[in-house]
Amino acid sequence: MGGGLSNGKSIGDVVLDLQDISLAFGGVRALQGVTFDVREHEIRAIIGPNGAGKSSMLNVINGVYHPQQGTVSYLGAKRHDVNTHEAAVQGIARTFQNIALFKGMSVLDNIMTGRNLRMKSGLLAQAFRLPSAEREELQHREAVEQVIDFLEIQAYRKTPVGRLPYGLQKRVDLARALAMEPKLLLLDEPMAGMNVEEKQDMCRFILDVNDQFGTTIVLIEHDMGVVMDISDRVIVLDYGRKIGDGTPEQVRGNQAVIDAYLGVSH
Amino acid sequence: MLYRENGQFKTSYRADQQMLPILQDRMFMGLLLAFVFVGAPFVFSDYFFLSILIPFLILSLAALGLNLLVGYCGQISIGHAAFMSVGAYAAYNLVLRVPQLNFLVVLVLAGLIAALVGLLFGIPSLRIRGLYLAVATLAAQFFMDWTFARVKWFTNYASSGSVSTATIDLFGFPINSPVRKYLFLAAVVTVFAVLAKNLVRSHLGRAWMAMRDMDVAAEVIGIRPVYAKLTAFGVSSFYVGVAGALWGFVHLGSWEPLAFNITLSLNLLFMIIIGGMGSILGSFFGAFFIVALPILLNRAPDWLGIDMSTAMVSHLESMIFGALIIFFLIVEPQGLARLWAIGKEKLRLWPFPH
Ligand SMILES: Nc1ncnc2c1ncn2[C@@H]1O[C@H](COP(=O)(O)OP(=O)(O)OP(=O)(O)O)[C@@H](O)[C@H]1O
Ligand SMILES: [Mg+2]
Repeated sequence: MGGGLSNGKSIGDVVLDLQDISLAFGGVRALQGVTFDVREHEIRAIIGPNGAGKSSMLNVINGVYHPQQGTVSYLGAKRHDVNTHEAAVQGIARTFQNIALFKGMSVLDNIMTGRNLRMKSGLLAQAFRLPSAEREELQHREAVEQVIDFLEIQAYRKTPVGRLPYGLQKRVDLARALAMEPKLLLLDEPMAGMNVEEKQDMCRFILDVNDQFGTTIVLIEHDMGVVMDISDRVIVLDYGRKIGDGTPEQVRGNQAVIDAYLGVSH
Repeated sequence: MLYRENGQFKTSYRADQQMLPILQDRMFMGLLLAFVFVGAPFVFSDYFFLSILIPFLILSLAALGLNLLVGYCGQISIGHAAFMSVGAYAAYNLVLRVPQLNFLVVLVLAGLIAALVGLLFGIPSLRIRGLYLAVATLAAQFFMDWTFARVKWFTNYASSGSVSTATIDLFGFPINSPVRKYLFLAAVVTVFAVLAKNLVRSHLGRAWMAMRDMDVAAEVIGIRPVYAKLTAFGVSSFYVGVAGALWGFVHLGSWEPLAFNITLSLNLLFMIIIGGMGSILGSFFGAFFIVALPILLNRAPDWLGIDMSTAMVSHLESMIFGALIIFFLIVEPQGLARLWAIGKEKLRLWPFPH
């Protein structure tokens, strides 16, 4: 399907290319020689059993972890040891498996932090709330309000995030990432722990983001139904190795994948 | 139903982003300021100004500064009195060596010098956190205590080690009476409180809070820890430095290095714990509590008609003080500011119970 059409949208060139990535923590080999790419505008799913190295993969992509071996190319340029800040500047945003919201802040302020990278007024301009700072604040507030409308969380703007139920917190986590207006969005189990209805909402949001903003998405998800429904291509990890890569149909028929999921010894 | 936000619909984000979006809050603040600047001078005695309001205002400013660092940015410092001493001695030397400087300029410069020193001692925060950082900031305390006791230049070679200041003169207007001192401090503290409020509701403040709440997520979003932490140390030390200069010039008049020892540092920490971490209002509550409580405890036996020796009173004072701090930590870890917020919440629903 790469390069072709899937449900009416056009998948573009490779934007992210990982070659032979290996990452170890002491004796634990989280990733071993994993190679895969992500194309513009696609939804790329990563699946695999617990501890397979999925989250580690995302952490490599946005510079939280530095692989001992292998190369990462993003938008055609090879990156050497990018840090998280550079990754953010380059338009990579993410959500977290264990919600990592700023607990002491309101929903609005949490999402506003997604704009921090774009806000330039200096310390004194902010302290004196100069017209320029006020204008900047308003301009970014408006962008954030669009995200709030998009994710339908208008009713919770001023609520401290800690008081929200789990499903809504996940949504705020996504909102914060979207506020960055990312080119590449990394979602680490955005639907974990949700009920069916919440999952459906989240699926709809992910598809809408992909569709309306053309955002490229890398998604980790355990729910195979969801993965089969919304992803364009799937990569399967097991014990840090890639054991499958292809369209959902291809992956579903792959014997190694079936074994890994059914726990057949290998 | 006097305190409500219902019916006050915000028709623009600008209106929603005001410092005090609720009408009643604005009215309350207006009345408070009117009382502080117009009413208070007619109401209180000189004793009340000198022993309560003046130290309260200065310590509020210091607590506010510490709160920016600890409460908003989540970094710890148990040596903040050191930066007060830097501000105080910087102001002393500026007035001594460049007498033509306006005192307001002296204040700002003293704050900037304290900020620089604070930045320096904030550098360890880039690598270490928690208890280890606490110990590193303690080093600031000992280093500064030592510096001002040993390096005689800072104290202008005074043989006793103690320095004294002349009356502040503001544009030909001497700040020499308790009321004038009070008004001057009230003005300075009001301005600094507004600036702090502006900072914490801007992107820098959000960067601080993000670092405090979840540093990995903050980094991933593009907030640079180096910038967030060092600005917090810098701004915090600036505030505390200004407070130190005021403490020396307005409250003490003359002082020795011991005036800024670790006890003062710990008191500042108590203020923000009791008043409320991450709350500007809380810094004021905490400072008032710490300033007023000992005086209250000291006088209580008299009022109650109990005959007690002074030694006994001071022992009781520290015991009750300690007990109250522990009580607060257990019952309301978010401090008086939280109680205030709960009170407002209740008022919002009043007279209906839910
Ligand atoms: N920071 C770390 N330090 C040490 N070991 C780590 C670290 N991060 C991950 N690991 C290890 O690397 C392996 C892969 O972890 P990872 O979190 O990437 O798995 P995962 O596929 O996301 O699993 P899950 O489905 O449980 O989220 C695990 O064995 C984990 O213990
Ligand atoms: Mg994971």
